Amino acid sequence: MNNLSVEHLTGIKDLTRQDIELIFKTADSFKEVINRPIKKVPSLRDITIANLFFENSTRTRLSFELAEKRLSADVVNFSAASSSVKKGETLIDTVNNILSMKVDMVVMRHPNPGAAKFLSERIGAKVVNAGDGTHEHPTQALLDAFSIRERLGSVEGKKVVIVGDILHSRVALSNIYCLQKLGAEVMVCGPTTLIPKYIHELGVKVEYNLRAALEWCDVANMLRIQLERQDIKYFPSLREYTMQYGLNKEILDSLPKEICVMHPGPINRGVEITSDVADSKQSLILDQVENGVAVRMAVIYLLAAKIER
Amino acid sequence: MEKQVILNSRHVELTLNRLSYQLIESHNDFSNTVLIGLQPRGIHVLARLKMQLEAILGKEVVCGNLDITFYRDDFRRRERPLIPSVTNIDFVIEGKNVVLIDDVLYTGRTIRSGLDALLAFGRPNKVELLTLIDRRFTRDLPIQADYVGKTIDTLNSERVSVEWKEIEGEDKVVLYTPENA
Repeated sequence: MNNLSVEHLTGIKDLTRQDIELIFKTADSFKEVINRPIKKVPSLRDITIANLFFENSTRTRLSFELAEKRLSADVVNFSAASSSVKKGETLIDTVNNILSMKVDMVVMRHPNPGAAKFLSERIGAKVVNAGDGTHEHPTQALLDAFSIRERLGSVEGKKVVIVGDILHSRVALSNIYCLQKLGAEVMVCGPTTLIPKYIHELGVKVEYNLRAALEWCDVANMLRIQLERQDIKYFPSLREYTMQYGLNKEILDSLPKEICVMHPGPINRGVEITSDVADSKQSLILDQVENGVAVRMAVIYLLAAKIER
Repeated sequence: MEKQVILNSRHVELTLNRLSYQLIESHNDFSNTVLIGLQPRGIHVLARLKMQLEAILGKEVVCGNLDITFYRDDFRRRERPLIPSVTNIDFVIEGKNVVLIDDVLYTGRTIRSGLDALLAFGRPNKVELLTLIDRRFTRDLPIQADYVGKTIDTLNSERVSVEWKEIEGEDKVVLYTPENA
């Protein structure tokens, strides 16, 4: 088994456990590469990749760009704010114009759920989903699971709680799929208004009390409250959310065992997580960022291998 | 498939022994020399040489393993992507004399990738190549070994396999010839 079963990475839902393990095994090697004096390999010298960001991003975009450059691919960047999208061009037209400049792979972030899949069915290039609205963010889930595997040895049998805005979070959905495929138990925790009504059908536990969730878990993944996606008020105030669902050092130290804390970023310090927790040794936050580059290199490398010459 | 044993376990041992002494001839006490085995199969040659050299010299010889997957020139020209092995070079190669070690020298393309991969770790003083088997007259690139266990003449349709006690159960080098060659 040394080939991905998919042609595009639109979501974790389409991947098999073998695919995920193959990505991790390849990422192990890339992690070693990015710690060398010369952090670059020539594998993708003849590949051009377009990063299309129709939604703001710093970390993901930088991480993808670094991953591409460290594989020696040629990179073109595009952000919606400064493009013809504002002039009324459709997604397919925009992408086809870019593709006619001989681009082999497209990394896309888009505010609409399903945008990556839509694109993958209509263009010849490989598509990597870098987040499509509230649907999936597959590379984030892969790097989260990779970081858990690195810190705890494996993902199988571990208990992971995802805390916060589950309703608007693509990170939550991708993480649920990814962790379950790797044999972990998943729980979601947050205010009732931010937990989707039928989430238990995905096979996850639901808990409304943060302390109970933390006492159960090995790893807590604290999500950001996505105010930009909330069209109505889901809770009375940020202060109240912090009191109920914010993770601070006091709660962390009072738990019966030492748990790992994760956050997909960007952090709202003092809202979902306090500074001393984010900077503590139990925090995997900076490991997640470092592993992000290695995991994205692995995804791009394995998909590029499927591009016909 | 016809099978012919080129080196049996006794010969493999003798050859490795000779190679060890040849290395000592050129590198004295190995104070500025490091040995690097190429993944996946060169590392077994390296492991044996390291054992012998350390027994003779009575001191540790600095060794590492290098994976060349990402430097190969046949990415996307194969059916399936190549899956990398582990690289562990936890020393500085800048200014060192490096001996690259592999089991079979055939087209020279692996060694070309190996040189590329090696240079990502710095600028060595000198790089040499040791190979247990040299399939001569089969090179695609102008690459030759400095230390050779045994030189053999082969057809392109033939396959040379170096086998080890730890993996295949016996130390030997086998030449496989297809029936209709």
